[in-house]
Amino acid sequence: MSTAPQTTFEPKTATGRITNFVDERVGGSGMLREFGRKVFPDHWSFMFGEVALYTFVILLLSGTFLTFFFDPSMAETHYNGSYVPLKGVEMSVAYSSSLDISFEIRGGLFMRQVHHWSALLFVAAVSVHMLRVFFTGAFRKPRELNWVVGGVLLILSMAAGFTGYSLPDDLLSGNGLRIIDGVVKSIPIVGTYISFFLFGGEFPGTVIIGRLYMMHIMLVPALILLMIAIHLFMVVIHKHTQYPGPGRNDRNVVGYPLGPVYAAKAGGFFFIVFGIIAFVAATFTINPIWNYGPYDPSPVSAGTQPDWYIGWVDGALRLMPGWFFNIPMEWHIRFPWGVNTLSFNVLGPALIPAGIVFTALFLYPWIERWVTRDNREHHVLDRPRNVPTRTAIGVSGFIFYCVMWAAASSDLIATHFQVSLNDVTYWLRALFFIGPVLGFIVTKRVALALQRKDREIALHGRETGRIVRLPHGEFQEIHAQLDDYKRYKLVGYESPVAEEGIPNENGIVTKKENLRAKLSGFFFEDRVAPATPSELEAGHHHEAIEASDDDKAIKH
Amino acid sequence: MGNHSDGTPTSSDAVAKAGHDEVDKFQDPGLPPHRLRLADTDPKAAKRAEHQVAWLFIISIVGTLIFFVGYFGVRLDDTLDTLRLQNTFLGIGVAFAMLGIGTGIVHWARALMPDHEVAEERHELRSEEDRLAAIQIIDDIVDETGIKRRPLIRNTLIGAVALAPLPAIAIFRDLGPLPGNALRHTLWKEGERLSRDPDGTPIRAADVTIGSAFHVIPESLNKLEHGKLNEKAKAVVLLMRLNPEDLNPSEGREDWAYNGIVAYSKICTHVGCPVALYEQQTHHLLCPCHQSTFDLTQECKVIFGPAVRPLPQLPITVDAEGYLVAQSDFHEPVGPSFWERG
Repeated sequence: MSTAPQTTFEPKTATGRITNFVDERVGGSGMLREFGRKVFPDHWSFMFGEVALYTFVILLLSGTFLTFFFDPSMAETHYNGSYVPLKGVEMSVAYSSSLDISFEIRGGLFMRQVHHWSALLFVAAVSVHMLRVFFTGAFRKPRELNWVVGGVLLILSMAAGFTGYSLPDDLLSGNGLRIIDGVVKSIPIVGTYISFFLFGGEFPGTVIIGRLYMMHIMLVPALILLMIAIHLFMVVIHKHTQYPGPGRNDRNVVGYPLGPVYAAKAGGFFFIVFGIIAFVAATFTINPIWNYGPYDPSPVSAGTQPDWYIGWVDGALRLMPGWFFNIPMEWHIRFPWGVNTLSFNVLGPALIPAGIVFTALFLYPWIERWVTRDNREHHVLDRPRNVPTRTAIGVSGFIFYCVMWAAASSDLIATHFQVSLNDVTYWLRALFFIGPVLGFIVTKRVALALQRKDREIALHGRETGRIVRLPHGEFQEIHAQLDDYKRYKLVGYESPVAEEGIPNENGIVTKKENLRAKLSGFFFEDRVAPATPSELEAGHHHEAIEASDDDKAIKH
Repeated sequence: MGNHSDGTPTSSDAVAKAGHDEVDKFQDPGLPPHRLRLADTDPKAAKRAEHQVAWLFIISIVGTLIFFVGYFGVRLDDTLDTLRLQNTFLGIGVAFAMLGIGTGIVHWARALMPDHEVAEERHELRSEEDRLAAIQIIDDIVDETGIKRRPLIRNTLIGAVALAPLPAIAIFRDLGPLPGNALRHTLWKEGERLSRDPDGTPIRAADVTIGSAFHVIPESLNKLEHGKLNEKAKAVVLLMRLNPEDLNPSEGREDWAYNGIVAYSKICTHVGCPVALYEQQTHHLLCPCHQSTFDLTQECKVIFGPAVRPLPQLPITVDAEGYLVAQSDFHEPVGPSFWERG
C-alpha cells in the first residue's frame, strides 16, 4: 500500500472546508465545476417542461399524503362518517376512505384537490411541452431519442391519471371502468380473458381497485421517474436548444449561468407552480365524489365526462357510427368451430386514432430526416413560421386530436348551445376528416404570410404610425429601419429548396427515392426565402430614388 | 416596392437562387450590447427592488400563518360550508406561502442578480476516435466470448432465453377465473319477480301506468351474500309501459310483453354503460355515455350512435298475485360484445 495522498489543499473558509470534505470523499468538485455555471438559454416556452416536472413533484408529495389515509379495499361497508346524506349507505371501503379523507382529515380535501388539479396540469404540461418541441423542431438530430422518451412520458402520464381517477370507486370512476371493460372485451380472441383477469372475474369484482392502486402508486410513478431521469440526463448531454437570434448558432449556447440566475428563476418557478395549484385547489372544486355516490352499475348521471386527457379516446368512441348506412360495424365471422364476434364499432375508434397519433408522433423525426436529407445536428430552434409544412402537419394533427376531444363533450355542447345532439355528432364526424385538411392548408398559408411579413419588415422596416405629407400632396408613412440585431432575427434562417430524386450509383432513381423527392416537393415547394443584403441594398436605392424624385424633401 | 407576395423560387427576384445565397446572406452581428437595468445604475432602484423582494417573502410568512388559522381556527361541524371555508383558508394560505417565495426569488433573480447572457461553446457530442474505440471494444468482447464460432452455445442460449420469460407470463394465470359461460347468464329465471331498484320491492302490473318507467332488479338480488354488484351489473332492467299498439313485436316475441309493459336490459350493447335516459314522448332510450339511442317501438333497435345491437328484451308476464315476473333469462348475452359471443 502506498501512503495516503497528502492533502495539500488547506481550506480557509467554511465553504472551503465543506467542499473539501465532500470532494475528498465523493469528488463533487468536478461536477460542480461542470454544472455550477452551466449555461441555460431562457425563453418563456421552455417553461412547459418545467411545469411538467414540478407538477410531478407536487403529485408525489400530495399523493404520498393521500396514501397514508386511503384504503384500496373493495370490501363492503356502511358509511358512518360525518357527511350526512350518505350515512348508512352501502359502499366500498375505498370510497368510504376517500370520503373520510375529504371530511374527517383536516386538509385532506385540500390535498385531494391539489393532487387532482396537479394531475390535470401534469398531463397538460407534458402535452404542451411536446407541442412546443414539435413546432420548434427541437426533436431533430441529436434529440430524436429524447423525443421518443417524451412520447413515452406522455403515455405514462395518461396511464397515471387514469389509474388514479378510478381509485375513489365513486359512481363516475366506476362507469369509467365499465367503459374500459367494454373496450377490453371487444379485443378479438383474448378480450374476454383479459377482462376476467383484470377484474378477477366478472366486472366489477372485488379486486380491481387494489390492482389499479398498486399500478398508480408504484409501477407507473416508478416508470415515470425512470423516464424523467433519462430525459434530463439527455438534456444535460445535448445541452438545451436555443431560439434563433443574433449571436446564437448551432455551435454555442447562449443564456444565463445555472448559478445563481437560472437556478433562482427555475427554483422560484417551482414555488409559483405550487402556489397557483394551491390557489386553484382552494377555490375550485374538482371531483366532488360525495355528490356522485358509491359505484353502482345501475345509475348514471347525464353529462358524464372523463378527465380531459382521456376525452379524445372517449370522443372517438362517441363519433364512431354503429351502423354505416345499412352496414353494421359489428361483424359475425364464421369459423369452422362456430361464429365469432368482432366489434369494430368499439375496437376501431379505441385503437385506430390513438394508433395513428402515437405512431406518427414517434416516427415523425425519422420521417422528416429522411424527406429533408438533413442529417446535421441542430441546436438552434426553428420559428414555426419558417418551416411552414411541419407547422401545418402539427396543426393538422392537433385538430385531429381536438375534434375527438370535443366529441367527448358532444352532449354538453348540445345542451349548452341548444342544438341537436345528433347534429353536433354529424358535424364532428365531418370535421374529423375535413378539419385536419383545412387546418393544414390554413396553417401553411398563415405561416407563409408571416414569413412574407418578416421579409417586408426586414427590408423596409417597421411602420412607425407617423404619416407625412410630401410637397406634391402624397401621403406616406415613415418606416423605421431595424437595427442589425433585430433584422438578423428575421432573416437568419434556412429555406431549403425542394429536391429532385437523386440517382443511385447505377444512375437509377429508385421508387423509394422518387417518393422521397415527391415528399421533398411537398415539404419545400412553397417557400419564402430570407431577405438578403443585396435586396436590402436595392430597397434603399429604390427609396433613395423615390426621395430624390420628391425633391429630397423627406429623408427616410 | 417590389411585390414579394407571390414569388416562386424560379420566377421572383424575391427568392435567392441555390448557391447564390451562400454569399448574399446577412451575417450574424453577434450578441446585442448588454443593456443595464435601472437597478444596475440607480442605487435607489436597487434598494426598492430589495424591499419588494423582502415584502414578497413576508407575504409568504403571512400565508403560512393563514394556513394555521384555517387548520386550527375553523371548527368542522359536519356541514359542507365549514369544510369549504377551511379548504379555502388552507389553500389560500399555501398559495400565498408558495407564491410569496416563488415570486420573491424570481424578482430577486431578475432585478438584482447579474443578467449578463453568456455564451458557451457546445462540446462535440462524439469523437471519431471514441467511436472507433467503442466499435473495437464491442468486437473484442464478442470475439472473446466466441459466440460466433460456437453456434451450439448460441442456439441453446437463444432457446433458453426465449423460453425463460414464459413462466413470468403464465404465473399471472390466476389473476382471475376463465370466462366460461358467466357472461351468458344473469339472475333472471322463470318466475323471478321484477322489483324496484334499489329497495327490491316487487312491482304489480297494475301499478305500471302508461308512460311510466321503472328501474328494475331481480327480487333475489338483494338477498345475495356475495357478488351483488357483479350480478347487478348484468341484471338491471328498464321497465316501461306503452300503448300496446306502439309496440311492434317481431315473430316469436309477441307474448314477451304484458299489456304494453316491456322490459329491456339496461346495459348498453356498446360498452356497457347503463342506458338510463327514457324519453317518454319519442319512446327513445338514450345512453348518456356515448349517446347510443334505442327505439322502444322497434324492439330497441339502434337508431343513432355507436352501438350496433338492440338492447336484449326480457320476456315478462304476471304471476298469480299480479306481480310482474320474468318468463326466463335473457335469450342472449347482455352488455357489450365479446369475441365468443357469436
